[in-house]
Amino acid sequence: MTMNVSRRGFLKGTATAGAALFIGTTASGVLAAGQEDVVLNPFVKIDADGTVTVIIKHFEMGQGTTTGLTTLVAEELDASWDQIKTDFAPADANTYNNLFFGKLQGTGGSTAIANSFLQYRKAGATARELLVRAASQKWGVDESLIKVSNGVLSVGNRSAHFGKFVHLASTLKATPEPQLKTPDQFTLIGKMDLPRKDSSDKTNGSAIFAMDVKLPGMVYVAIKRAPRFGGTLSSFDISKAKEISGFIDAKPLPNKAGIAVYAENTWAAFQARNAVSAEWDFSAAENRSDKELINFHSNAAKEPAVHAWGIPREDAKALIEKSERVIEADFTFPFLSHSPMETLNCVIEPTTSGVRVHDGAQMPTMIQGNLAHLLGIKPEQVEVTTYYAGGSFGRRATAAADYQMEAAMAFDLLGRKVPVKLVWSREDDIRGGYYRPMYAHNVAIGIDGDGKVTGWNHGLAGKSILIGTPFEAFMVKDNVDETSVEGVKHSLYNIPNMSVGVTNIETPVPVLWWRSVGHTHTAYAMESMMDMLAYETGQDPVELRLSLLDKSDDKQKRMAGVIEAVRDAANWKTGDQRGFASHFSFNTYVAVVADISVDGDRVHVDKLHIAVDCGVAVNPDVIKAQMEGGSGFGLGHILRSEITLENGEVVQENFPDYEPLRMRDMPAVDVTIVQSADAPSGVGEPGVPPTGPAVANAIFAQTGKRITHLPLTKSGFEFV
Amino acid sequence: MQFQLNINGQERSVDVAADTPLLWVLRDELNLTGTKFGCGVASCGACTIHLNGTPVRSCQTTVEDAVGARVITIEGASDPVAKAVQQAWVEKDVVQCGFCQSGQIMSAVGLLSENANPSDEEIDDYMSGNACRCATYVRIKDAIKLAARKLEA
Ligand code: FES
Ligand code: FES
Repeated sequence: MTMNVSRRGFLKGTATAGAALFIGTTASGVLAAGQEDVVLNPFVKIDADGTVTVIIKHFEMGQGTTTGLTTLVAEELDASWDQIKTDFAPADANTYNNLFFGKLQGTGGSTAIANSFLQYRKAGATARELLVRAASQKWGVDESLIKVSNGVLSVGNRSAHFGKFVHLASTLKATPEPQLKTPDQFTLIGKMDLPRKDSSDKTNGSAIFAMDVKLPGMVYVAIKRAPRFGGTLSSFDISKAKEISGFIDAKPLPNKAGIAVYAENTWAAFQARNAVSAEWDFSAAENRSDKELINFHSNAAKEPAVHAWGIPREDAKALIEKSERVIEADFTFPFLSHSPMETLNCVIEPTTSGVRVHDGAQMPTMIQGNLAHLLGIKPEQVEVTTYYAGGSFGRRATAAADYQMEAAMAFDLLGRKVPVKLVWSREDDIRGGYYRPMYAHNVAIGIDGDGKVTGWNHGLAGKSILIGTPFEAFMVKDNVDETSVEGVKHSLYNIPNMSVGVTNIETPVPVLWWRSVGHTHTAYAMESMMDMLAYETGQDPVELRLSLLDKSDDKQKRMAGVIEAVRDAANWKTGDQRGFASHFSFNTYVAVVADISVDGDRVHVDKLHIAVDCGVAVNPDVIKAQMEGGSGFGLGHILRSEITLENGEVVQENFPDYEPLRMRDMPAVDVTIVQSADAPSGVGEPGVPPTGPAVANAIFAQTGKRITHLPLTKSGFEFV
Repeated sequence: MQFQLNINGQERSVDVAADTPLLWVLRDELNLTGTKFGCGVASCGACTIHLNGTPVRSCQTTVEDAVGARVITIEGASDPVAKAVQQAWVEKDVVQCGFCQSGQIMSAVGLLSENANPSDEEIDDYMSGNACRCATYVRIKDAIKLAARKLEA
């Protein structure tokens, strides 16, 4: 199969003879209906045969967006779930922007459902309204008498499917604010057993990922990169590569970060790339080991350079020093690789007006902007065709569009005439940077004679993800990157005299948001400290947390709600040798009870009980799946994952030494979804943060060992 | 070099270097892209196919090794066990990103073909070579059990 997807092919491919109804936005941003030429980029299309296609503005990395956005449209439209199809939107920041990100089309921060909740429902409601009006005109009956159900309009004994009315409906004018259903009218939102839209494609091998794209005349490219971050190319030799069958050529990248090695197929590209030898200049590179870096971070966390939140550090320190007792702990967190199952790749081909990028595109407008700059064309001349992404966990969303830029450089070096497919091997992925940053925390808590907190001094140190990127303007103030301290800053617990400070570490190691971003380390530190506080003061860990939450505050009340829900679901009893943790992230509340068994230094996590409050539960089974997957992702890395450096070089190479969570490591997972009428919030990330500390707290409960340096295997435990 | 292969019941001829892994022959030469690349070192199972009815890692099987053998990929998985497994996968909504799932399914079919009623431990052992970065393991296990029940009925 050779894929050749042209602009708008994503809709043309499904077009049937006759008219179709398009619902989308006009140039001025208001909802409109009409034929394709009227509505430039639609959210919903209904064909003459009744097929409904929902245009998905977010990419699908497994988190369930295709199912979620389709649910929103189908709910308001009263469409038949089986007949509704999905297509990924092209890049267009005016129509398909993330409403929480401004004029930027992208997926992240667990916002897909939250920002689309009203937008996609309105599109569905508009389509329904127009179909009903068209039917009322055709049938000569009042609109109020027409019923819509399962893609069929009916009145009395007359009925017809949507397709019969699309021609007339496309000539009608959309109302600016369509009538939306009230929650008690929902039939699909909140339905437990609504099947995922991507299940069958992904079980019969027909789902297409960017890695599966093949174009006529396409050349494959693998990159030989500097073995140390920040290294630059001095010289290289391709004599050995020439012996590889299928090798075409090798050219240095203009940014000196590596060599593009071209070949006739993926295997030859990998082989030839491995056969190229090179000399590098490491004068500006990271040349330290991770041990040196960890020490450096730990020291920096004790003397944070920037005040981030709360009272001045010195004041908190003075209060703590005067206290009856002090609990102090140092935490360290290693670099972590995202390692999505589909390694990074994309295809770039020339078009008559510019280029087209085939990608599991997480941030289409960042790709457009960066590539346009490199190639000297306009952003709109960079088309982006989005495919299923084989995971991301944040890795596909670099502000600099790192891998798409590599592909573009390789495409440019060949004269922009032939399609180029960039493919990363797993070694490229694990050694390629853009890690969850290394972090250190130093925390001191003062306690008075009644076991009450008198002060909390929290220092962090790590490389900022956002400083130096276009996101800095929005999320970094006074040198404090929100994503460095989120989860400590603005803790929902009522902690008196809290002070938070951070040191921004500089290193050439590129870092990036990694599923749940700052919460990956802040939740671990906060919830371990909470556990220490509970044991030090002889309180039940669950009751302690509840005592620090004030239910007259809406957020604290919802936090308490999930804590109580999981306490009850897990039948938590004071003195149980189990672990507890809870955390608020991405506007979602999650609490976890971990059940483990320990035999000497061998640990197995048996079961995780999870309660979640994410507002209105649009797709309960997807939420459940995200809690299972998120907690598994968190658990796997807490157990044994780390990227380490020796003289600046990454030690790990592939899965054998960056071992993923395996089937036998996976605990049973019991999920309680707390009923809520609040606006829906994210679920892709919030399952990650509390899982690690819940397990660590369980290990403490059973062994008395408090683990503050990750991964847990560093403390001599083995996971079986 | 020319090689004659039997893939999903069809005779196919390819012209590749003799040491080319079957994985890349399937993907780049024959456009059978349902079989995935995840690691290239026998550590993830995304590339699992059946060679004469037994699951193997196609990243470790050279094209030469496949000559004369019956190769079945996810696209050709259609025996009753495969059908039951795929159906169970859909019913349990196992998939997330989906990239590991062809390999998971080919391994699960291998497991149920050898052992009609595997215990939890047997499932863990057999499936532990198949990594899922999305951690869909809870559902994979449920779906294998569901498929076993379907096949029994
Ligand atoms: S690609 Fe073959 S086992 Fe990973
Ligand atoms: S479903 Fe994503 S790796 Fe398994």
